[in-house]
This record gives sequence, structure tokens and C-alpha cells, in this order.
Amino acid sequence: MLAQFLQFLFSGVTVGATYALAALGFTLIYNASNVINFAQGEFIMLGGMLAVFFVQSGLPLPAALVLAILVPAIVGILIEKLAIEPVKGAETVTLIIITIGASLVIRGLTAVIFGKGTHSLPAFSGDEPIQILGATLMPQSLWVLGVTAIVVVVLWYFFNRTLTGKAMLATSYNRVAAELVGINTNGVLFMSFAMSAALGALGGILVTPITLTSYDAGIMMGLKGFVAAVLGGLGNGLGAVVGGLLVGILEAMGAGYLSSAYKDAIPFVLILFILFFMPRGLFGARVTDRV
Amino acid sequence: MRNRAYNGLYIVIAILLVLPFVLPNSFYLDLVIRMAINAVIVLGLNLLIGFAGQISLGHAGFLGIGAYASAVLPTHFGWHPVLAMVAGAVATGVLAALVARPIFKLKGNYLAMATLGLGIILSIALRNEAQWTGGPDGMPVPAFGVFGFELSSDKHWYWVVAVLLSVSVWASLNLIDSPFGRALRALHGSEVASRVVGVDVVRYKVSIFVLSAVFASLMGSITAHYVGFVTPNLADFFHSIELVTMVVIGGMASVYGSLVGAVLLTALPQALATFEGWETVVFGAILMICMIFLPKGLVPTLAAKLGKGE
Amino acid sequence: MALLDVTHLSIHFGGVKAVQDVSFSIDAGIVYSVIGPNGAGKTTLFNLITGVYKPTHGEIRLDGESIGGRSPDELARRGVARTFQNLQICMNMSAIENVMVGAHLRLDRNLIKAALRFPGLRRRDAALRDEALELMRFVGLDKFADARADAMPYGALKRLEIARALAMKPRVIFLDEPAAGLNPKETIEVDHLVRKVADSGITVVLVEHDMKMVMNLSDRILVLDYGKKLAEGTGAEVRRNPDVIAAYLGAHA
Ligand SMILES: Nc1ncnc2c1ncn2[C@@H]1O[C@H](COP(=O)(O)OP(=O)(O)O)[C@@H](O)[C@H]1O
Ligand SMILES: [Mg+2]
Repeated sequence: MLAQFLQFLFSGVTVGATYALAALGFTLIYNASNVINFAQGEFIMLGGMLAVFFVQSGLPLPAALVLAILVPAIVGILIEKLAIEPVKGAETVTLIIITIGASLVIRGLTAVIFGKGTHSLPAFSGDEPIQILGATLMPQSLWVLGVTAIVVVVLWYFFNRTLTGKAMLATSYNRVAAELVGINTNGVLFMSFAMSAALGALGGILVTPITLTSYDAGIMMGLKGFVAAVLGGLGNGLGAVVGGLLVGILEAMGAGYLSSAYKDAIPFVLILFILFFMPRGLFGARVTDRV
Repeated sequence: MRNRAYNGLYIVIAILLVLPFVLPNSFYLDLVIRMAINAVIVLGLNLLIGFAGQISLGHAGFLGIGAYASAVLPTHFGWHPVLAMVAGAVATGVLAALVARPIFKLKGNYLAMATLGLGIILSIALRNEAQWTGGPDGMPVPAFGVFGFELSSDKHWYWVVAVLLSVSVWASLNLIDSPFGRALRALHGSEVASRVVGVDVVRYKVSIFVLSAVFASLMGSITAHYVGFVTPNLADFFHSIELVTMVVIGGMASVYGSLVGAVLLTALPQALATFEGWETVVFGAILMICMIFLPKGLVPTLAAKLGKGE
Repeated sequence: MALLDVTHLSIHFGGVKAVQDVSFSIDAGIVYSVIGPNGAGKTTLFNLITGVYKPTHGEIRLDGESIGGRSPDELARRGVARTFQNLQICMNMSAIENVMVGAHLRLDRNLIKAALRFPGLRRRDAALRDEALELMRFVGLDKFADARADAMPYGALKRLEIARALAMKPRVIFLDEPAAGLNPKETIEVDHLVRKVADSGITVVLVEHDMKMVMNLSDRILVLDYGKKLAEGTGAEVRRNPDVIAAYLGAHA
């Protein structure tokens, strides 16, 4: 009993950490621009696919991983420069369509370049499972959790202790005021796309040895990251992390105890309930629209 | 200004009357039928997205309910196709109304999330309930007949769909230029202003959402009978996106834009076949380019260029 | 009995106490002005009374009926109309349609009848169009009868909002800075327009920074400062009030 529960918990927390990174990515861009970036999932996919590709082409693992984060970050910047900045202030529908278009382009190009096969990446430190109270934990899960934890700490430091980070926060609270005190809000937008692409890619790389990847793996990952962000309270960084872990855990538990066929539906059932009964999510601030 | 809007309707009817006699072969007839079916769905969706300014990323799910009602109920339970179609539409309406009330207290991005979630749940259910739906492979749909008359040839379907389309265009034009339609457009233009003049905005959003969902469901049933086969792809997230794209490319808040969007995007896969392998890339690029350079969509942009409103 | 009775009204946004313990009452048929420096809470007060915001504390009574926390459409039904400091025009519609929306509650709003183009509904709509034209003439916008809202100048849009509010046939109209951003000539026109509206029997509640206009038009004036009521009375009383003088000449004149 306990072993089974732990087993579900481990796998839930592991994917949950990836959702958390994706949710943080959503949050960053949302705060900088009120845009929901539907291409977020493609960065996850891209990270995993590029890591596979660079490793296969003979690069040492660390170099491959760095490149697999850098390239998506550049893609993120390109999207921001070419597709988001030119339409600033457009309607939500327009922005959603643009990012969906971007996601199709990324996914399509990946399929053209790398094919439609499923790919895997060797685990960073072997496949020797660790036994805990009858459940097994893959060492790669520790990598996922450890790196996510480090990222969260670094981000916390960045937003609370550095000038750039504070400028980004200020922009999210009040864009006009931030501009008035001299913050380059376009720069902030640029940074947030780069960072959230990098975060997504990192999550994708870390989880690929466990979940495998393919050109179309990004959609579900991204959408679940979105669910996590909303669950935590859209715009709230801590909420994104908690939301990601919760979505991962509930999904794993639901798949384990209820129905594995409906695994992918679980986050969406969850989100409908959240939106119906606590639309600000777990940590969302109460705001009254200004008139 | 208003009466000019109806001129387009005559043109649409004229085209629909002439088309079957000039189309070279059944391939094109089939294409036109699918365009017209999509156009009716898009008209409904445009009322929601373009006129009322509310997004739905889950409309394919509603289409799926209609399509599968028409496939499953007659096949497994021996229902009459008409009854099955109505049941699908009623079920869709009830479901849409149930979720809409809490959903429409939300705005923009949350609305996108909620409708997207609903659509995905529906499409997953269709894939999983294989004993009823045939699972990912889909299932055949019995022929559609009323009063002993069976709709079998493409010609029959063409005239059915042509009439539906003409009536839908007419009804849409009527609706937007009515107190109901003005309230709908007003809550898009300024929600707070429409509230203070007395518009119960949630009620209006719910009504139009339910209406467009029921349209999608009915046309899903028609698609099912026409094609004779349904697959869960019909209800996919990607199909929802395709429908939204038809709206925005043709032109938000433009009745004729809906038609243009549906025609272009239904033809697009055919056109893209020459780009084999690159379809998704080209499709995505078209979406982005249209939204960046023609954010109002084709028809309103062209109409503005020609110096007259729709 | 006063038309509108506000007692101990407060609203807080997080730490910001935008309106604090404000009480006053407005008799039917008068022009009542609310003045005070920027950020004093005037717009927030309007938002509270018209149902856009829900009060944290306090009570609002219209004709003795408690309306605090009611939704804007319920208030519209009771004859409360308003305009906005930051324009709230529907730019996706024509000018005249913006006015026609004001008559929303007086029309048959049935969806099916509309879609099927019922003759009765069409006839009412045609009549309304004439009525809306008449209102546009009343506010001085006849030449924009066929204009799209997004093609109109700012000053005209300010008046279009008034026409829309009047289309509701309201009992009381709240005007939030109707002359803000207008040139002196336009300001005088709006001054006359407000007078005309008041003369037609509608109670007017006015927020305006143009003191000449306020003193000219108002029967009574409420002065707000930092969300609190500083003074209330006739123009002459308010002008003599030492707190008002201090507030206007002091910290943030
Ligand atoms: N929706 C809101 N959320 C947060 N603060 C608000 C909101 N609306 C108004 N405020 C605050 O309330 C105060 C009063 O604002 P307002 O009523 O607009 O002043 P006025 O109209 O007198 O210039 C200001 O400090 C403003 O920032
Ligand atoms: Mg104000």
C-alpha cells in the first residue's frame, strides 16, 4: 500500500517539477506582458529534442545541455521580437493565436528536421534505481527535483535581490509606473521570453530520460504547465511551483488509483473545478478592475 | 448602411445556386460541402469571438458531441438520426450552459483555459470509450433519412448544406443588428459601459456561447452523416484551433469574413499538400503573419481599403 | 425623502482607503457636485453608487431602497445612468449604435425574434434609431450621425457618452469629469448641455475640475479629500469653509 503510494508520489513529483518550470515560464511572460504564451510547451519539447540531437552528434553532455537551453532561449527571443512586440496591446484573442502559430511553427520545424520518431536521452547518473520503503526512485528524478529546487532558489534571489529582477517585478505590478521611473519595459519583455524559454527547455531536458520525447510532446506539457500556473494563481511565482507539483501529484495519483486512460484529462478536470470554485487559484491576488 | 450588409447575402445565395453546375467534378463538390459546413460553424463561433469578444478554444469538443451522438445513438441504441441529432444538440446546449455560467465570470486567458480544458476532456473521453466510440479508429455513421427519403448523394447534401448556410448568414446579419446583437457587441467594446446601461453581461455571454456550441454540435452531426464516419480528431484541440483561425483570418466581427475564413482554411490542407511535411510550419506561419499584419482579418481589412464598411 | 442617501460609505483596496466613512444625501431634481483633488475618491464614489464596485462598509439608498452591492444592470433598471472619466465608448460600433445601446432595457432583447427578424422588433428598432438621432442632436452631435465611433474626436466622444446615458431615460445621471480635456469653447458647450439635462428634470451628480462650471451649475457641493468628506453645502458655504481653503491652497492645490 505505502510502497504503491510512494511510487505514485515519486513519479508525480518528478513530472510535477517539469510542470512547475513550465508554469514559472508562463508566469514570467504573463507578468511582463499579460500574454499567455501557448508556445511554452514547445520550449520543453525543444529542450529535450535538442539535447538528444546534440548528444547524438557527439558533443559532451554538459556542452550539449547548455546548447539545448541556449537555442530555445534564442527562439524565445525571436518570438518576442518578431511576433509579440509588433502587436503590443492587441486583443487577447490575437495574442493567443500568435503564440499558437509560433508553437505550430516550432513543432513543424522540429518534425521536418528531426523526424517524427520518439527519442530518449541517457540518464545523467545511471539507471540504478534507489529503493525507498519498497518504492523505486530513479536517480534522474533526483536530478529533476534537485535542479528545479536550485532554479527556484536562483529565481527567488534574482527577483528579490537584483536590480534587473526587481525591475521585472515592478513592471508586472504596474507597467506604466515602471516606465515612468525609467525601467525599459521592452527589455523586461525580452528577458522574460528568454528566461521562460530557457526554463521550459531545462525542464524538457531533465525529464526526457524518464518520459522520452518527440516533436509533439510539447502540447500536453505546455497545457499542463498552464493549468499549474492557473492553479497556483496566475502571475504568482510561488503559486506556479506549488501548482506544478500539485498537478503532477494529482495526475499520478489519479492515473494510479482511478484510471490511467484518463491520465491526461485529470489536470483539465482539476482546472475546471479550480476556475469554477476558486478562480484566483491558490495564491492569486484579489484585484478590482479599475474603471 | 445596414441594408448594404444584406447585399452580400444575395451574392452568397447566387454563388451557391450556380456552383453545382460549374464545379468540374465530385472532388470539388465535396470540398465545397465541407467549406459550407465549416462556414456555418464559424458563423456561430464568430458571434462569440468576433462580436462578443469571448474566446473558445474548445469548440471542436461540441462538434464532437454532435458527431458522436449521430454515430453512437443510432448504431448502438437504434435511435432515429433526427432524434440523435437533436439529442446531441440538447446535450451540448446543456453542457455548454452548465459550464458557461462560472466560466464567463472569468476573463480572457482564464476563459481560454476553461474552454480548452473542456474540449480536451471531451476529446480524451471519445478516444477512451472505445466500446461506444470505436476509440482512436473512430466508427461508421448510418445514413441520414427523413420521411423515407435518404440523403445519399453528394448533390443532396450540397443542397441541404447550401440552405443551412444561407439561412445562417441571414440569421447572423439579423442578430447583430438587433438589440441582442448590439448588447453583444457593446460588452465587447466596453464591458463596464454595457453593464451600466443595463446589460446583464454574463447572461449574454452564456447565451451566445450556448448558441454557438449548439451550432457546432448540429454541424458535427451533419458532418458525421455526410462523411459516414467519425474519428476523435474531429474533437481535437487542433481542430478547435483551426476553427478559431477561420474566424480570425476571415475577420473577427465580420459575417462574410467567417465565410472567407472557412473557405480558405478548408482549402488550405489541399493547397499545402504540395509542401508535404511542411504543412504544420506553413499553417503556423500563416497564422502568425495574418495576426501580425492583418489583425482585423481579411474581409474587414479589404473592406477598409476599399473605403466602405461591411 | 432624498433621492439618494449615502451613509458611512467606505471601500478599501488592499491598504488604500479610497473612500472612508462618507455620508451625504441628494434631493431629486438638483445638480449636486463632488469635487476634490485627484485621487480624492470621486470616481470611486461613482463606481460604488453605480454598482461597479461593492462597498466594504456603509449603505446606499435610492428612494429608501438599499442598493449597496447591487449589480450595475439592476441599478440601470432603477434609473441610474453615468458617464466615465476615462472614455468607455464601444469603438467597435457606430456612434448612433452607442447611443442605441443606452436604450437596452427598453427594448425586446429576445435572441430568437432577433435572428428571425420579427417585424415588431424591427419597427421598434427603427423608431429607436430616430430617437437616438434626436438625442445626438440634443448633445450637439448631429453631424456624427453616420460616423463610426473610432473616427470621432475626443470632445465628441465625451458628449456621445452623455447621449448614451440619456438614452436610458434615467432619473439620475452621474457625470464624471465631462469637460476634462476639452478646450474652453467645448467646455462652455458642455456646461450648457448639463444645464439642459438638469432642466429636463434629471437629477445630475457632477464631478468636475472646472470650478467655474461647478459653481455655475451646482445646487450643492460635496468636497472629498483623501477619501474623506471634507465639507458639504451650497457653493457659497463650501467656498467659505476653512478646511476646504486649506486643502485647496495647502498641500495639494
Ligand atoms: N480598482 C482599484 N484598485 C485599487 N485602487 C484603486 C482602484 N480604484 C481606485 N483606486 C484608488 O483609490 C483612490 C481614489 O481614486 P479615484 O476615485 O480615481 O480618485 P479621483 O476620481 O477623485 O481622482 C486612488 O488612490 C486610486 O489609486
Ligand atoms: Mg476620477
